[in-house]
Amino acid sequence: MADIALIDNLITDKRAAAVRRGGFRDARFRTLTGSAAIMVLVIFAGVLLSLGIGSMPAIKAFGLPFVYTEAWNPVTEKFGALASVYGTLITSLLAMLVAVPVGIGIAIFLTEICPRPLRRPIGIAIELLAGIPSIIYGIWGLFVFAPEFQQSVQPWLIDLFGDIPILQDIFGGPAYGIGIFTAAFILSIMILPFISAVTRDVFETVPTTLKEAAYAMGCTTWEVMWRVVLPFARTGVVGGAMLALGRALGETMAVTFVIGNAHHIMPSLFSPGTTISATIANEFTEAVGDLYLSSLIEMGLILFFITFVVLASAQLMLRALERRAGGVSA
Amino acid sequence: MRNMRLYRRRKRRNGFFLTLSVLAAFFGLAWLGIILTSLFYNGFAGLSGNLFTEMTPPPGADGGLANAILGSVLMSAIAVAAGTPIGLLAGTHLAEYGRYSRVSFIVRFVNDILLSAPSIVTGLFIYEIIVVNMHGFSALAGAASLMVIVIPVVVRTTENMLLLVPNGLREAAAALGAPRSAIIRTVTWRAARAGIVTGILLAVARISGETAPLLFTALNNQFWSTDLSKPMANLPVVIFQFAMSPYEDWHRLAWAGALLITITVLALSITARILESSKRS
Repeated sequence: MADIALIDNLITDKRAAAVRRGGFRDARFRTLTGSAAIMVLVIFAGVLLSLGIGSMPAIKAFGLPFVYTEAWNPVTEKFGALASVYGTLITSLLAMLVAVPVGIGIAIFLTEICPRPLRRPIGIAIELLAGIPSIIYGIWGLFVFAPEFQQSVQPWLIDLFGDIPILQDIFGGPAYGIGIFTAAFILSIMILPFISAVTRDVFETVPTTLKEAAYAMGCTTWEVMWRVVLPFARTGVVGGAMLALGRALGETMAVTFVIGNAHHIMPSLFSPGTTISATIANEFTEAVGDLYLSSLIEMGLILFFITFVVLASAQLMLRALERRAGGVSA
Repeated sequence: MRNMRLYRRRKRRNGFFLTLSVLAAFFGLAWLGIILTSLFYNGFAGLSGNLFTEMTPPPGADGGLANAILGSVLMSAIAVAAGTPIGLLAGTHLAEYGRYSRVSFIVRFVNDILLSAPSIVTGLFIYEIIVVNMHGFSALAGAASLMVIVIPVVVRTTENMLLLVPNGLREAAAALGAPRSAIIRTVTWRAARAGIVTGILLAVARISGETAPLLFTALNNQFWSTDLSKPMANLPVVIFQFAMSPYEDWHRLAWAGALLITITVLALSITARILESSKRS
C-alpha cells in the first residue's frame, strides 16, 4: 500500500514538473514570437527614422520649397523634387488610366464570359505578368518596346494630333521612343494583374442570388455587371486599384530604363522625364556631396510618404470589405 | 416598336462591352506572350557555356556571368536564411497568440504596407544604417536589404496558412495536455507546412529579380568574390549596367541574365502553385 502511494506521489511530482516546464517553455516561445512580430514594427520605424535623419541636411537647406522647386543642379547644389514628383504622379496616373478599365475587363471576362475549363489557366497566365521581375519589363521596354514604338506608332500619333491645339502639345515633339508615355504604358502592363486579380476575387464574393435576380428581370450580362456586380464590389475594386497605384508609384526598374532621366517638366508626354525612384536609382551611387545625397534621400522620404498614404487607404478599404464578407457568412 | 428599338440597343450595348472585355483579356495575354517571346529569343542567343564559368567582362571582351550568379545566390540565401525565421515567428504570433490583440492589428497593417512599399526605399534604409556605418558598400548590406523584403512576404503567407488550420486540431492537442508552444510546433506548423514552404518560395521568387535595393547596398564587383564585407556582383545590377551601356556584347549578356532570372522566378512560382494546389485537393 505504502509503495503505491509513493509511486503516486512520484508521478504527481513529475507531472507537476512537466506542467511547469511546459509553462516555462510556452512563455519563452510566446516572447520569441512576440518579439519577431515587434521586429516588423521596428523595421518600419527604422525606415522612417533613417530616411528622416538622412534627409535632415536637405530639409534644413531647402525647407518646404524643395517639394515645389523644379531646379535640379548638382553643380550649384540647387535641388528641388518637383520634376521627379511630377513624373512619378503623371506616369502612375496614366498607367491607371489604361490598367483600371482593362483590369476590370479582364475580371469580367474571367468571371462571366470565359469558358469554365479555361478560367484557371488564363487567370494564372495573367497573374504571371505580376510575377515577372520589374527589371525584365525594363530591359524589354528599352530594347524591344521603345524602338518599335518609336518606329511605327509614335510618328503616326505625332502626325495625327499635329494640327489639333492642346493635343499637339501633349503628343508632340521628336519621337524618342523612350519617355513618359512609354514608361506609363509599361507600368500599366505591370500593374494590370494586381487590379484584375483583386477585382476578380471581389466579383466572386457577390452573392449569386443578386445576379440571378437581375438576370431574371431580363438584364443583359453587361447590365448585371455594370448595375449590380460593380456597385456591390465597388470598395474592393477601388482598394485593388489603390494597391496597384501604390505599386506603380514606387516602381523603379521598369521606369528607370525607359524614362530618359531628364529633370524637366515638359507638356509633351513623348518627352523624356524622370520619377522619384528613377532619379534615386540613376544618381545615388554617383552623388557627390552630402547635400546631393541628402536631397535624394529626402525624395525617398517623399515617395515613402505618398505610397504610405495610398497603400494605407487601400488596406483600410480591403479590410472593411473582409469584415463585411465575414459578417455575411457568419 | 419603341420597345424593340430599346431592346436592340441594349443588346448591342451588351455585345459591345462584352467584346471589349474579351479584348482586354487578349490584351493582357498578348503582352505576356510578346514579353516572354522576345525574352527567350534574345536570351537564348546570349546563352553559352561561358555564362557559368567566366566573370563579367570589360567591354569588347568575352565573358560570362559566373560572379554575378554566385553573388545573387549567396545574397538571396543569406536573406532567406535570416528573414524566414523572423517572418515565420512573427506570422505565428499573429495567427496563434495575438490573433485579436491590438498590437497584432497594427503589426498586420504595417506588414501589409511593407509588403508593397517601394523596394528602392528599402535600399535607402539599409544604406543609411549599414553602408554609412560600415563605410562602404558590401554584400552583407545587399543581403540585409533583401531580408527586409523577405520578412513581410513570409509573415503574410505564414499567418494566412496558419489561419486555415482547423481549431479542432489545436483543441485536440490541448485536450491531451500539450502546452501552447508544443501545439504550435508539432501540430499547427506541421499541418500548414506546405503553405509555409510556398510562402518561402514566393519570397525567393520576389527577391531574385529585385534590383533597386541592391544598387546602393551590394553595388557591383567585376571579380569573383565571396567576401561579405566587400561589394559583390549580382545578376540584377549587372543586367542594369550592361543594358544601359552602349556595348553590343554587354547587351547580349544582359539578355542572358534576364532569361536566367525569369526562368528561376517562373520555376519557383509554378512549384509554389503546385504545392498549393496539392494541398487544396
